[in-house]
Amino acid sequence: MSYLAINHVTIRGVAACVPQRIEENKDFSGLSIEEYEKYRQSTGIERRHCAIHDGSLCTSDLCYKSAERLLEELKWNKEEIGLLVFISHSADYKLPSTACILQERLGLPKDCMAFDSPLGCSGYVYGLAITSSLLSHGFIKKALLLVGNTQSVYASPKDKSTALLFGDAGSATALEYDEDTNETIHFQLYTDGSGKDALIVPDGGCRNPFNEKSLLYEKFEGGNERTRLHEILDGMSVFSFAISQVPRTFKLLAEHTDISPKNNDYLLLHQANKFICDKIRKKLKFPEEKVPCNIKNYGNTSAASLPLMMVTELSDNLKKQKLNILMTGFGVGLSIGTVRLTTDKIVCPPLLTI
Amino acid sequence: MDIKDFVEKFAEQFEETDASMFTPETKFRELDEWSSLIALSIIAMVDEEYDVTLKGDEMRSANTIQDLFDIVKNK
Repeated sequence: MSYLAINHVTIRGVAACVPQRIEENKDFSGLSIEEYEKYRQSTGIERRHCAIHDGSLCTSDLCYKSAERLLEELKWNKEEIGLLVFISHSADYKLPSTACILQERLGLPKDCMAFDSPLGCSGYVYGLAITSSLLSHGFIKKALLLVGNTQSVYASPKDKSTALLFGDAGSATALEYDEDTNETIHFQLYTDGSGKDALIVPDGGCRNPFNEKSLLYEKFEGGNERTRLHEILDGMSVFSFAISQVPRTFKLLAEHTDISPKNNDYLLLHQANKFICDKIRKKLKFPEEKVPCNIKNYGNTSAASLPLMMVTELSDNLKKQKLNILMTGFGVGLSIGTVRLTTDKIVCPPLLTI
Repeated sequence: MDIKDFVEKFAEQFEETDASMFTPETKFRELDEWSSLIALSIIAMVDEEYDVTLKGDEMRSANTIQDLFDIVKNK
């Protein structure tokens, strides 16, 4: 049972950034118009913002730009930021932690706790849990949570199960210790490592070190081809896991807080694909208007999908009013993070691009 | 769990294929309408109706509706 209740921490703002470069799924070579249409109807995806993976644009760059703009609008004194958490599966280097690089680049003080945590689709909610937990002690007053992925790097160009799915994005969220708030943040966290093979990049880590065979293309069902440095996506296993276990985390959360459609303004679902999101929404009995969707223009952006959706779909309301929001991120691990939180007129700059 | 009931619910996931086409022996992958999306609908149906979470490998190992019924029944 992994439930967390965090008091005295408030979200002050959120910003997101995507690569300017767009890949249109209808232009994907080897895809007929019928296949494109079928894919569009089931996943909801038409286009994705993707970096060219030559090192010129990394996740940290997207997070950096988001953070700079957010801090500027918040008018925060950087000297007061004592915690930086970077969550991603696409770090700048194998070592050191990207958080260390970003501490220096953002001009944060050296008296700053900074570290990475490699997580995917559940990463934003995990990041909120980690950051708010550390702030709740009351010693560190201000924190930056930087979450993103340029995961299209892991998609084989010859594998339709990932090449048409993955988009890139980075985000920054500002959190602050707040003695005066009465709002509690409720987290429900879940892990099932038995599903590790459902989403995996097999080679290049310490278990299967990079070797001469890592670069060889192999053929798989559906005419897809990939190397062992590309990501495997077992869509059926992920789907089955998501539609059964995500609602379960909400059921557990409901023992502690109100998850009803009546008393929540939004339910934000990780943009895995439209078909999965529709199933989960219906199971949780939420009306469509409370469950925004932006997968059409951004694809599945992994850990960044929740903050990206706050920026593209909720920005006006986040700025204007108090909102009760339910969020869930689910996927690679397998891992789920589900949260209920309250925002109160936060800073939310328009979507940024590089 | 009843096989007749299971076959009916299985058939409901298809739009164009006539219900009379479905028996426990039906090799569903050979049906014209079979697609990855219908596979997902069947996983969702099994989750909703029988509270069973099917893994991708289990779905892939079944050839007939009876095969899938047996997998669901034994979980």
